[in-house]
Amino acid sequence: MGAGHGHRLHYHGHSPLHRAPAHLKLLGLLGFMLVVVATPDHWFAAFGAYLLVLLGVVALSQVPPTYLLKRMVVEVPFVVFALVLPFVAYGEQVEVLGLSLSRPGLLAAFGILATATLGVLASLTLAATTEPQALLAGLERLRVPSLLVQIMSFMVRYLDVVTGEMQRMRVARESRGFSARDPRQWPVIARSTGALFIRSYERGERVHLAMLSRGYTGTMPEHGGHR
Amino acid sequence: MHVPDGFFDAPTSIATGVVAVVAIGVSLRGARRELDDRTAPMAGLVAAFVFAAQMLNFPVGAGTSGHLMGGAVAAVLVGPWTAVLATSVVFVVQTLMFADGGITAIGTNITVMGLATVVVGYGVFRGLQAVLPKRLALVPVLAGIGAFASVPVASLLFVALYAVGGAAPVPLDTLTTAMVGVHSLIGIGEGLITFLAVAGIIAVRPDLVRGARPVLAERTLEIRTETTGATA
Repeated sequence: MGAGHGHRLHYHGHSPLHRAPAHLKLLGLLGFMLVVVATPDHWFAAFGAYLLVLLGVVALSQVPPTYLLKRMVVEVPFVVFALVLPFVAYGEQVEVLGLSLSRPGLLAAFGILATATLGVLASLTLAATTEPQALLAGLERLRVPSLLVQIMSFMVRYLDVVTGEMQRMRVARESRGFSARDPRQWPVIARSTGALFIRSYERGERVHLAMLSRGYTGTMPEHGGHR
Repeated sequence: MHVPDGFFDAPTSIATGVVAVVAIGVSLRGARRELDDRTAPMAGLVAAFVFAAQMLNFPVGAGTSGHLMGGAVAAVLVGPWTAVLATSVVFVVQTLMFADGGITAIGTNITVMGLATVVVGYGVFRGLQAVLPKRLALVPVLAGIGAFASVPVASLLFVALYAVGGAAPVPLDTLTTAMVGVHSLIGIGEGLITFLAVAGIIAVRPDLVRGARPVLAERTLEIRTETTGATA
């Protein structure tokens, strides 16, 4: 496959975690997070232990912690929700720094923050140590329906192409003096969305014809089988 | 705004996971009817389109902006089965490759933001299409109404799930009012953008809009015989 299709989160490396089979990493992540989600909120020590395990895995992966930390911003909207919880939740009220807070709300806020943080960090570690192609092969090994994996691999393959097309449309709009400030500019952006759909759809048709002309019968050839 | 791990308890996450798996399984069969052996490349490209469209920001004013969720618009453009597959694939890729949304919440994300928006958006669209006159100009309007309805209904589903398996005992009436209120506003944006985008596509390639096919099928070929000016 050509250059430039590595996804934005992947961090190139040769650690044991990078070399581990993708399907084992996927199962590991799922199992780990199911255990974390099933842990009652007040088992504070357990969450500490999970964090230590996870930090050990991160250390093993040799991905710089700052690389992962910067990408944890996706969590922010739910951090806000968690911070609001103690003020709005029911239950016994406790005084903290002169504020009346709900005890179950505080506990739930801790649970959400702890679990979501562990989840984001663990998912980031998977994404940073696994190439998209390996991830797709791992899903295939886990008996995810082949058609679904094919759809996913086409999406991953053309993601940069389609977003690149969108960027070029934006450059074209802005080089003609367009700037989007309020809803009055929506018709223009919406027409770009429409054009992007037409281009994506027609590209899909061309890809399908190209596949047919190479003997596609509904199943993909084995990955890297005969090279 | 993808649901992270731990937002819902384990039984709720597993239950929505089962719903998502069943929906994807049924859609895999349904999409073969919509697209036959073109399913893999077409649904893949539609998924890439939905992903890209979610990155396209629509300014609301005062420096804030929103973006399309895309479930309803995808359903009108390519049919509900393909739309379920495309949106589900988008969530799986966002979870596994972009760490956006928790892996245990993947079923919840697919059910609430993919399945529910597609079902409601397409249901409203087809329901209105059945009772209203079949006019091409109406297709974008109905698509917009469907997209508008899909957002608050999806937020209601979120509240219902929260009532069953949420992390903290929050007063549900307040949560319902806040969520549905905010998402009705978001829905207006979703509806308007969907209307404008579908209208733009219908102007150039009406044949690509699957929801317009019943309308296009009713058109008959019109041969105009009277000639004006140049006669040959």
